[in-house]
Amino acid sequence: MTGILIYLIILLITAFLSPYLIRKGGKIAPWLLGMVSAGGFAYLLGFAGFIADGNSLNYTIEWLPELYLNFSLYLDGLSLFFALLVTGMGALVLVFSGNYMKPYAMKHRFFFLILLFEFAMLALVLSGNLFTLFIFWELTSVSSFLLVGFNHEKPEARNAALQALLITVAGGLAMMAGFIMLGQIAGTLEINQLLKSGDLIRNHPHYLPVLLLILAGAFTKSAQFPFHFWLPGAMQAPSPVSAYLHSATMVKAGIYLLMRLSPVMGGTPEWKYILTITGAVTMILGGYFAYSQTDFKKVLAYTTISALGTLVLMLGIDTDISIKAAIIFLLVHALYKGALFMIAGLIDKSVGSRDLRKIGGLNKVMPVAALAAIISLLSMAGLPPMIGFIGKELIYEAKFALPDIGNLLLIAGVLTNVIMVAISLALIFNLFLGPLKYPGERPTRPAFALRVGPSLLAGISLIFGLFPARVADFLLSPAIKSIRPSIDSIKLSLWHGFNEVLLVSFITVAAGVILFLLYRKVNHILTHFNNEVITFRFADAFNKILNGFLFLTKRKTSFIQSGYQRFYLMAIFIMTSVLAWYQLIFTWPEIENVSFSQPAIYEFVILLLIVSSAMVAVFVRSRLAAILSLGSVGYGIGLLFIVYGAIDVAITLMLAETLVLVLFMVVIYHLPKFTEFSSKASRLRDGAIALLVGSFMTGLVLKAGQLNLNPKISDFYVENALPLAHGSNIVNVILVDFRALDTLGEITVLVIAAIGVVALLKLKTKKGSAT
Amino acid sequence: MEVLLAIVIGLLYAAGVYLLLRRSIVKLILGIMFFSHATNLLIFVAGGLHKGKPQFASDGLTAVSANPTDPLPQALILTAIVIGFGITAFFLALMYRFYQATGTEDLDELKEGENK
Repeated sequence: MTGILIYLIILLITAFLSPYLIRKGGKIAPWLLGMVSAGGFAYLLGFAGFIADGNSLNYTIEWLPELYLNFSLYLDGLSLFFALLVTGMGALVLVFSGNYMKPYAMKHRFFFLILLFEFAMLALVLSGNLFTLFIFWELTSVSSFLLVGFNHEKPEARNAALQALLITVAGGLAMMAGFIMLGQIAGTLEINQLLKSGDLIRNHPHYLPVLLLILAGAFTKSAQFPFHFWLPGAMQAPSPVSAYLHSATMVKAGIYLLMRLSPVMGGTPEWKYILTITGAVTMILGGYFAYSQTDFKKVLAYTTISALGTLVLMLGIDTDISIKAAIIFLLVHALYKGALFMIAGLIDKSVGSRDLRKIGGLNKVMPVAALAAIISLLSMAGLPPMIGFIGKELIYEAKFALPDIGNLLLIAGVLTNVIMVAISLALIFNLFLGPLKYPGERPTRPAFALRVGPSLLAGISLIFGLFPARVADFLLSPAIKSIRPSIDSIKLSLWHGFNEVLLVSFITVAAGVILFLLYRKVNHILTHFNNEVITFRFADAFNKILNGFLFLTKRKTSFIQSGYQRFYLMAIFIMTSVLAWYQLIFTWPEIENVSFSQPAIYEFVILLLIVSSAMVAVFVRSRLAAILSLGSVGYGIGLLFIVYGAIDVAITLMLAETLVLVLFMVVIYHLPKFTEFSSKASRLRDGAIALLVGSFMTGLVLKAGQLNLNPKISDFYVENALPLAHGSNIVNVILVDFRALDTLGEITVLVIAAIGVVALLKLKTKKGSAT
Repeated sequence: MEVLLAIVIGLLYAAGVYLLLRRSIVKLILGIMFFSHATNLLIFVAGGLHKGKPQFASDGLTAVSANPTDPLPQALILTAIVIGFGITAFFLALMYRFYQATGTEDLDELKEGENK
């Protein structure tokens, strides 16, 4: 298992080195990168025998075991199956990209991103801990974002990239919440532990929320309805990206997660219904929209959505045969769709267009590619002797075996497959056979590097179809067993004998041929119908919601962040006093019961002096009068301190007050006269706020008066002033001895303030800034 | 007396808030000074009110219970007054510079100046 970890690290390092390699290495560089990927494929294939014997490998580096966070790798039949898919496809795509990306100036960046994705995807399927999985899951989303937006000078590409990112990341976030809850329930996030605690999780009261959260992640990633619309948008990416991320691997991450968690969370009615319905709807919609597309890549994108729906549907049916069908169909789909996307890129490159109405008869210019495409399309149509036929037969069989809703699903499945047959035939006869058509110059023969990937994949489709049993024993049955250990062996063959499944297959093909013959007519009507009647577009709706959200945020920000100081202050004052009043109301009865001392007449006079001076300071229009009255407020407070025996405080206050007055006098004649800036209404509003705060402070003082202070702290100072500090003025002793460090801090503040004052007054105004 | 003082403190805070919400920067400073007065008084009242001459340790005091005037809040207020003075002085200088540099005492102009 350490070997696999080392391989992952090698892959990551390769990703970081790839830009230099591509710049310096010339033609050979993509082949070298492909070799790294192929090496991983070969190395992982070496584990196949070991895994097929029923073993699994686990490797854990503890990270934060208290929170169930570990870096773990886990290899069993399922992860091996996916890992082989990722590395195998990766090698072919890298070689393909070497030629395809030649004209791009930023191709070195492309190789870095696609290798980074390969690393993330491989680590994702090999993760042994759901949090490790989550991290790499997000890394695949990010690299997908960068790759979809690779042609970033095109606004559509940027928009599509953002859409794909927002949807998959939002789903990923929900999924993380689901993982956290799952960890709380099961006490572990290690996959090999979770596999054993399925019953505990299924019977837990929080099962449904956990399921919904995790499904949100899986469905967004795997483009299930109603999140499917990001996938056609993602076709803005260069073709190798579409072949690799958006058909063969990344969109299968959601399927992988569902397969992985199927033994843990599957089998319940909730699981069955949600997956079956979502899968079926996605399957039909994908097929329907694929039919009327004119862009080759868009056709492939919608058929991919349809295939992903089929996979989810199969996992939802959740019987032995449907699990088998899911694994086989996954392989089938990866093989033919990977090949077809590469061919789409190849056509785009040599013809200069992907418009199905403008191109035709390509077998005359690119016979090898056309043959590969035809084989792949036959597999997509589910015709023998391709492996696609076996996949489709198993899907039918799974639906037949279902008692109640099986018939309905069967009809949906047949409909979808009829469309697939028609699309495949239309592509074969219009695009690759028939009279030669091209929009611009005569297409050139594609380079060898472009042909090798699709040809190899098409060849595998054919060979697997002819000899399915070998593949099944070696690769598929361990994968199926790790989803459902009870399945002993799977027998795959092209010929099942005459039965109902074969009959349905015949009907499908016949209907598909009829639909193909009517292709032009039906297509015309459908295009019309789609454009005129179905005006609702998911991608547009999403953009509208996003823009609305941004608009609201902007409004909210400009409302809260007004930029005017007094509005910030207002918000603080109002919020604080309202919250504090809320608290004070509960303690009000206690305050009322406390007895207070009677005021003497001279105290009354002092209070009156303070209040009247304050009123003058607030409302007077003369600056001088305002400052002087404020001074008399200060002196009044000083008098109060004297009355209550705080002689030191009184002296300090009087001194400070006098100094402030003097300073004010110095500045005041350099300042303008008071001007009324605000309206009467706003003054009334401010007055109300002021009274709200003031009344709260009054309540606070009353509340403070009846608190039982702890006298021990003060007692310490009183007791020790003379014996320890040798001073009898306790207040002074506290300041200069017991809390001398605080006083030092206070002096420092004063010094800083003094430096500030000097700096401000001495500073010369720069020319131009003064008005 | 405590009730009356509480009301006075409340009024001082109200005056401070009202002035802080003005647009004139001079009034802003007055508001801050009101705040520091009110807060000093608040701490003082919270420590308990006891009339009489100041008490000294040399009078043979050993505990607050014997001498009702608590020295600790007084020490705190002393510090607060000095710091408050420092802030006011700095603020005055700042205001002076502000007026010199901008030619206005209207705080709202700060915002408008930013948009220019």
